[in-house]
Amino acid sequence: MLTRLLSGDFPRSRVLTAVLVAILIALALAPFIFPGTRSLNVAAKVAVFVLLVASYDLLLGYTGIVSFAHTMFFGIGGYGVGIAMAKMGPGWGALALGIAASLALSLGIALAIGLLSLRVRAIFFAMITLAVASFFQILASQLSPLTGGEDGLTFRLPELLRPRLVSYYVVFGVALALFLVLLRVVNSPFGRVLLSIRENEFRSEALGYRIVTYRTVANCLAALGATAAGILYSIWLRYTGPDTTLSFNIMIDILLMVVIGGMGTMYGSVLGATLFVLAQNYLRDLMKLASDALQGIPLLPNLLHPDRWLLWLGVLFILCVYYFPSGIVGKLRAAGLFKGR
Amino acid sequence: MKTRIKTDLIPLALIPAIALVALPLVGSAPTWVTLTVAGLAMGMMIFMMASGLTLVFGLMDVMNFAHGIFISVGAYGAATVLTRMTRQMEAGSLASDLSAMVPAVLAAIALAALLGWFFERVLIRPVYGDHLKQILVTMGGLIVFEQLIHVVWGPDIIPLPRPGAITGAFIIGEAAIERYRVLAVIVGLAVFAAMWLLLNRTRIGLLVRAGVENPEMVESLGYRIKRLFVGVFVAGSGLAGLGGAMWGMYQEQVTAQMGMQVLVVIFIVVIIGGLGSVGGCFVGAMLVGLLANYTGYLAPKLALGSNILLMVLVLLWRPRGLYPIGKA
Repeated sequence: MLTRLLSGDFPRSRVLTAVLVAILIALALAPFIFPGTRSLNVAAKVAVFVLLVASYDLLLGYTGIVSFAHTMFFGIGGYGVGIAMAKMGPGWGALALGIAASLALSLGIALAIGLLSLRVRAIFFAMITLAVASFFQILASQLSPLTGGEDGLTFRLPELLRPRLVSYYVVFGVALALFLVLLRVVNSPFGRVLLSIRENEFRSEALGYRIVTYRTVANCLAALGATAAGILYSIWLRYTGPDTTLSFNIMIDILLMVVIGGMGTMYGSVLGATLFVLAQNYLRDLMKLASDALQGIPLLPNLLHPDRWLLWLGVLFILCVYYFPSGIVGKLRAAGLFKGR
Repeated sequence: MKTRIKTDLIPLALIPAIALVALPLVGSAPTWVTLTVAGLAMGMMIFMMASGLTLVFGLMDVMNFAHGIFISVGAYGAATVLTRMTRQMEAGSLASDLSAMVPAVLAAIALAALLGWFFERVLIRPVYGDHLKQILVTMGGLIVFEQLIHVVWGPDIIPLPRPGAITGAFIIGEAAIERYRVLAVIVGLAVFAAMWLLLNRTRIGLLVRAGVENPEMVESLGYRIKRLFVGVFVAGSGLAGLGGAMWGMYQEQVTAQMGMQVLVVIFIVVIIGGLGSVGGCFVGAMLVGLLANYTGYLAPKLALGSNILLMVLVLLWRPRGLYPIGKA
């Protein structure tokens, strides 16, 4: 049963298992263990970002493609639901329409970008996606009658989804289910081909796999995952705006989460997203203490200023890329191996 | 590169073609002159910022996603010097204005070049040949240095005053031409000319061009290609710093994110021009600058997306850019 559920891809490290179980329990019981709006917000954000980062890992870690358009798909999900609900009112039909339309749009764009630019080199794809994503961001702010411009859209949900508890469990349940689906994808024969393309493109092609097709399908799956995450996030926030879904800062956050958690390990996205969202919300408080303690010394308090938390995660990110590309999860698994597991 | 530019003039001819097509659309000649000069000035500044990136890619096969940080740092360097020079700035004569601006620009170049040297040494050298890691590491560098700018210069937007002699406009007939834009065109042309001469008339330029075509061969002939790499990277960063200082003075303010904001346009220019091609980068920058200004006047809603549209059209016409370089 568990093997089926995890697609045979176990954490393979005692510490990692313990941490993952702890995160799962904490998220599953969040409304009861951590009462209060702020902590419930943190829990929902973790759930959404686990899905978002896992779908990005399918691209970056498993297929070896760098895309900067992931927030665009995240935004399409958010805006799809947001626009439908804001224009058509809080009904189930509007919700369904918004979800279907945004998934279809994402699939179309991902297919087009993939077929046009995945033939060429990784760098080209990265640059094209950056350009397209920034164009989309401009589009969202320009079409203000439709998208609410910089202010975004606030909307109401159908009656049943309105209580915080219900919407939290919808977000958590869907994110968990889709995460398991992604785990299934990367452990399928399809996922193995993706890995082989990442390791040696030329050889995979010589073995008879059409790499453009595989890459494009991976790109589409990742886009759909990101769109689903965007839908969940806007359902949770009951709001969609450029800063919550489309901004380039979120793209940087996703990169940090994937790399620090561990590229090419689905579980890394759980750890990365949890660590990052916690740092985003609670590291500042710690840094404020440290910064206050160091008052009077030149420059040091500035380095530890609460707003500079991203600096330290950036340093961690670079160190991860150089010294442990498989991130925290890779480290934990390697440590498990040495102990004879 | 020289022979290519001579044999293939079609992309170059696009620049006057776009300008001529825009003339009847804009309607009035003075407005058209103003827009054209503005477009050329914008293109020149973009070229200064983008040329280093494309050259580094052509020679070293490194795409530096942190290139924007050199632009920001250059602008901050210039702002730091200029805000200290209030006495020269207020004197009002051209000479005293220049005595403030020249050191400011030099500081911008030096600071950006120094940072470029550090980047090449510490961040990029370990990941030559690995595109995935290059993109990730340079993104990491971007995050860290953007935050470090906040640490050193504070989180607020810094106003960057323009010296008096280059504010205001020349009035020729009915056309108003901002002085600063003329200056930008002059500096941009000077940079392009200097680069062209350096690449086509000197021994170093010969080595760089040969390195773009075939680095292994250059190395096996006994030249240290790594040293060439460092030199080009530092020069490219310095140019980005110069471009950043000019861009900052153009916008009259400096933020840590400004480099990242321009970077998207720079990427588009580099893609349009053909990855690695300096001539293509120049043509691409001019096209983007002109088109942005014309559409900004004719259809403001379209303006921000015009460069994407241009990129798509160019890639449909020439999938590898205007002047494709051998190996891309």
